[in-house]
Amino acid sequence: MVIDDLIEIAEKERASRKKYVIRCCMAAGCMSSNSKGVKEALDKAVKESGLEGEVEVRGVGCMKLCCQGPLVQIDPSPESSDPAAPNAQPAPLACVAIDGNSQGSLYERVTAEDAASLVGTLKGGKTQVQAGDPKHPFFTEQMSIVLANSGIVDPERIESYIAAEGYQALHHVLREMTPKEVVETLIKSGLRGRGGAGYPTGLKWATVAKTASQQKYVICNADEGDPGAFMDRSVLESDPHSVLEGMAIAAYAVGAAQGFIYVRAEYPLAISRLQVAIKQAKQQGLLGSGIFESPFNFNIDLRIGAGAFVCGEETALMASVEGKRGAPRPRPPFPAESGLWGSPTLINNVETFANVAPIVRKGADWFTAIGTEKSKGTKVFALAGKITNTGLIEVPMGTSLRKIVELMGGGAPDGGRIKAVQTGGPSGGCIPAEALDTPVDYDSLTKLGSIMGSGGMIVMDETTRMVDVARFFMEFCMDESCGKCIPCRAGTVQMHHLLNKILDRKATVRDLKQLEELCEMVKNTSLCGLGQTAPNPVLSTLRFFRKEYTDLLKEDLYGGPNGNGNGDAKEALAPII
Amino acid sequence: MRGWADSACGNRLEVLLSDMIATLSNKKTNRLTKILEHASGDKRFKILEAHMKKHQFKQDALIEVLHKAQELFGYLEDDLLLFIAYRLKLPASRVYGVATFYHFFTLKPKGQHTCVVCMGTACYVKGADKVLAAVEEKARIKAGETTADNHLPLLTARCIGACGIAPAVVYDGAVTPRQTPETTLEHVKGWIGHGN
Repeated sequence: MVIDDLIEIAEKERASRKKYVIRCCMAAGCMSSNSKGVKEALDKAVKESGLEGEVEVRGVGCMKLCCQGPLVQIDPSPESSDPAAPNAQPAPLACVAIDGNSQGSLYERVTAEDAASLVGTLKGGKTQVQAGDPKHPFFTEQMSIVLANSGIVDPERIESYIAAEGYQALHHVLREMTPKEVVETLIKSGLRGRGGAGYPTGLKWATVAKTASQQKYVICNADEGDPGAFMDRSVLESDPHSVLEGMAIAAYAVGAAQGFIYVRAEYPLAISRLQVAIKQAKQQGLLGSGIFESPFNFNIDLRIGAGAFVCGEETALMASVEGKRGAPRPRPPFPAESGLWGSPTLINNVETFANVAPIVRKGADWFTAIGTEKSKGTKVFALAGKITNTGLIEVPMGTSLRKIVELMGGGAPDGGRIKAVQTGGPSGGCIPAEALDTPVDYDSLTKLGSIMGSGGMIVMDETTRMVDVARFFMEFCMDESCGKCIPCRAGTVQMHHLLNKILDRKATVRDLKQLEELCEMVKNTSLCGLGQTAPNPVLSTLRFFRKEYTDLLKEDLYGGPNGNGNGDAKEALAPII
Repeated sequence: MRGWADSACGNRLEVLLSDMIATLSNKKTNRLTKILEHASGDKRFKILEAHMKKHQFKQDALIEVLHKAQELFGYLEDDLLLFIAYRLKLPASRVYGVATFYHFFTLKPKGQHTCVVCMGTACYVKGADKVLAAVEEKARIKAGETTADNHLPLLTARCIGACGIAPAVVYDGAVTPRQTPETTLEHVKGWIGHGN
């Protein structure tokens, strides 16, 4: 494979583009509403109406508005839907997948029976299918870098990705840049790890690149365990090659020849799309030995997780890749110095890798122009919970929560009021409605006692009880604790017990005090991120919704209305409850 | 040690010990021989071995091998774990430790059907707890248990990543969107209450 072959594939792919493209979402959300059946019916309808020469039915990745799936978009305007065209301008503000300028029509909740009438619209017919609004802020306020190809390219065909300028960044890096220059570009771009902690990606790369070891590894952390987060799943299902290309560039920069992608077993579709993608990339010579006829070799193997939340922690993940129990170990040494089988290892999140190729292609300056001073670029969020529009959004860093939740998300459904937004999963916290004007970036969220996390955003309305939510997360952490260190193993059980006691209205002020002390202790003394952040949901709900806790407390026995210190306080307190 | 063993009492102890070791190792070899004998006649073991070979019998492929074993056999029984340990040259304790660490692996046979209620945050705030409670009440089992007739194991998932269509329930592997207690009961009603 040389650059001419790459260009030839892209040209051929673009030339074979038919007049109309009917895109049918084939990501896990829509697939569960039978989008596969819809696609088959569309194929059949096209054949029956004799439009095969003019119409292509393309299975694509996530089209973002998951709550209205299965989604189908008919695009009659070739210019706007040519994936290569929007990339010509830097930072296209409009969503590319469902372009505000395109005349493409979006249809929601499509069933297999609707296929014939949808195809009929191409011949001037009418359809009863619910039409979506591509001009809704949910689409127009998005800015796509990571999701630029999502909903456009066919994730199961490498040609489709190549036509969207795919693998050109890898070619550029291998042919025109030294590994050092690649690392410098990443440092300059200011990209920070999208897995949650926000460590500068360039610095991590530099550390691994500096080590003298002969054997180095690159790992992609696709163990997206936070409940309520599905960004990584969507990226892998919609655009797997962007992750492979990012990993290959990273491997070249740090000097690794072997990569692993660690995916959750709960994502079977993502696993199969990755397997297909890796196979096709190998066939085309874009993975393997002598990539682009350079001396650079790189192979990627898949590792399937087996359902352990703690494996999202990097040292636990590496233990799991080695085929062991996923127990974390103390750091330092950091994986960058001693990781997989003791060799220097670069671990980055799916979204981080997906950002790499666009940065190389468009330059660090382009990237630094997006976002805030300390958080550059965009972030993908999975919007879910009590909100009208659930789905995926990608917005520049620094966008306010209010804009995301109220304007794009459409607020709480059925006239409800938003009470809080939970970010960061079991490691994060609840941000109250009063703080909705906070810009979303790493530092502002940390100040509020929450974290950016991997990008799950769960909206809660007035009917959600915050103590219940805290208990839900504590139960999660209790179950998922690997049991290696005592603060986490025993502390989560005790905290869960105290939360239960509070919810059963059997707790007193002293129990609440003990809960707070335990939170601090577990936070400060646990071995890994799971334990250190397990108390966050409790601490943040205590900070903003303390009244909900105190309302559930019963009076201290010694100061209770009975006053005898050992009377049946429950009975005595009945009227108060 | 020798000097100590010279005494009558020490001698007896030594005999006892060597007897014990002999029985234990005998038991172990016997069991292993039996397993290997059984394996030679079972096609699934052959497929499993081919899978291990694909990974060059590497010990770090243990999780992949366990995945394949569960796919072939439905669950991981002790003999199967011993077989894997023997073939990968790993201590049985290590294989057992890994198999029990991860939620995905099950050491008990699965029921005929499966009903997995997603308890991720998005599903939870949208009422997955009520869906679960309804099934629990109807089938008279708790989450994680299987009905007495082995028809329906009721499971919960951490998050299946289908948050856009919450609450989601997976029936026999098919993710089904926007479930309510009513739709769920409608779905599983044929699976429970047989023979009652």
